[in-house]
Amino acid sequence: MKRKLTCIECPIGCQLEIDVEGGHIISLTGNKCEKGPAYARQEIAAPMRVLSSTVLARGLELKMVPVRTSRPIPKAKLLEAMTEIKKIRLDRPVKVGDIIAKAFLGLDADLIASREVSRA
Amino acid sequence: MTRDSRLVTRDLVIVGGGPAGMAAAVAAHEAGVNDILLLERDQYLGGILNQCIHPGFGLQRFKANLTGPEYADRFIKKIEEIRDIEVSLRSFVVSLTKDKIITYLKPGKLEEIKAKALIMATGCRERTREMIHTAGTRPAGIYTAGLAQKMINIEGLLPGLEIVVIGSGDIGLIMARRLTLEGAKVKAVIELQKESRGLVRNVVLCLTDFSIPLYLHHRVARIYGRDRVEKVLVENLETHETFELACDTVLVSAGLIPENELLEMAGVSDVSKITSPDIFVCGNSYKIYDLADSVTRDSEKTGQAAAEYLRRS
Ligand SMILES: Cc1cc2nc3c(=O)[nH]c(=O)nc-3n(C[C@H](O)[C@H](O)[C@H](O)COP(=O)(O)OP(=O)(O)OC[C@H]3O[C@@H](n4cnc5c(N)ncnc54)[C@H](O)[C@@H]3O)c2cc1C
Ligand code: SF4
Repeated sequence: MKRKLTCIECPIGCQLEIDVEGGHIISLTGNKCEKGPAYARQEIAAPMRVLSSTVLARGLELKMVPVRTSRPIPKAKLLEAMTEIKKIRLDRPVKVGDIIAKAFLGLDADLIASREVSRA
Repeated sequence: MTRDSRLVTRDLVIVGGGPAGMAAAVAAHEAGVNDILLLERDQYLGGILNQCIHPGFGLQRFKANLTGPEYADRFIKKIEEIRDIEVSLRSFVVSLTKDKIITYLKPGKLEEIKAKALIMATGCRERTREMIHTAGTRPAGIYTAGLAQKMINIEGLLPGLEIVVIGSGDIGLIMARRLTLEGAKVKAVIELQKESRGLVRNVVLCLTDFSIPLYLHHRVARIYGRDRVEKVLVENLETHETFELACDTVLVSAGLIPENELLEMAGVSDVSKITSPDIFVCGNSYKIYDLADSVTRDSEKTGQAAAEYLRRS
């Protein structure tokens, strides 16, 4: 079955034309680099996205601290992940990359801080 | 004695501590300038990057997919290491003269200094609803997309629950996703042109992923509401058919314009035609960039050019 996909790995956004049979890609055109086919394979199997959001801080210099998942998580889990993120209260200073929730949602990804924040 | 000669003179003064100002500062230092003053009105360096919490930064520059604050952090750390760069935060430049006399407000005081070379990196502002001429009343609940971004990501406030986004620029697309993730219902994104103005990847990641409708070649003909927005009237520009969308909030993502008020004060009317060899402009205040990576690249060249000027003078 022929399908069109937009590669989202970089701002170029190549329009990929793929032919899928039995869950496998048998042909792919339109990619300008090798990331395209890898993206298409993943997108057909299970779409994955990096989630970024903010957590509420307590006693820190910022009210909201930006966070993201350390790697892409299943797209189907994004809203569930948001529910968890809203429960978090961060009360310790963090540096960029510090883990806020390890194995977030039991996944193979951590929730990490994306901005440094010290005490108020 | 003239007013000039009493003033402290700094070799290089940079106004604006976003990615443009930071890159220019680091590059000028690397090119030999050892007296740099970086003025930023905010409490932090980073500029607009601090509210751009989504990934998509640094793919060219660092071969990594970073969020805005992470991208900024790399430059902030670098600047903190360089003693020749003096960072002055909460320093709001309020006037600039032809002779590069800079007046800025710090909490509780007014400072005045003179620069041998000056780099303006003051970023941009957003086009507002007034600039796009939408008919109707003037109820509460109409925000520019960038302001909504700041409300959610910095202040932790949700601007509304049922949203219509006017304009499909990247910031509008990114806000459509952000609001959806925060629990709001984004009814539609309305775009005048026949194509989305934002990057295709943002259309996929921000709209398709969340089944948010994008109406191309449509316009919001009217905004209704007494105290608060109640609905909008959307018109198909091909058939002229119309339909209504109930909403409590309208976000306007109608593009950005370089911020150059200070240079205008100093008599510069067009930043692409500056004749003084000692005044430079970079980043979004020079022209509107899509990617922070390109801002960094070009602003480094500006920093080097300023260093070159100082070396020769
Ligand atoms: C809302 C938004 C979303 C974006 N999303 C992306 C994206 O996803 N990916 C990407 O690569 N690019 C993105 N961009 C583009 C990129 O981030 C910007 O082009 C870049 O940050 C511009 O850098 P700048 O330093 O020129 O401006 P800014 O970051 O705006 O910095 C200007 C600085 O100057 C300061 N300043 C202004 N006036 C004064 C004054 N009078 N006195 C003292 N200080 C002053 C401001 O406080 C600010 O800190 C986005 C841009 C915007 C506006
Ligand atoms: S295929 Fe390569 S160049 Fe094209 S969008 Fe994907 S990552 Fe970018």
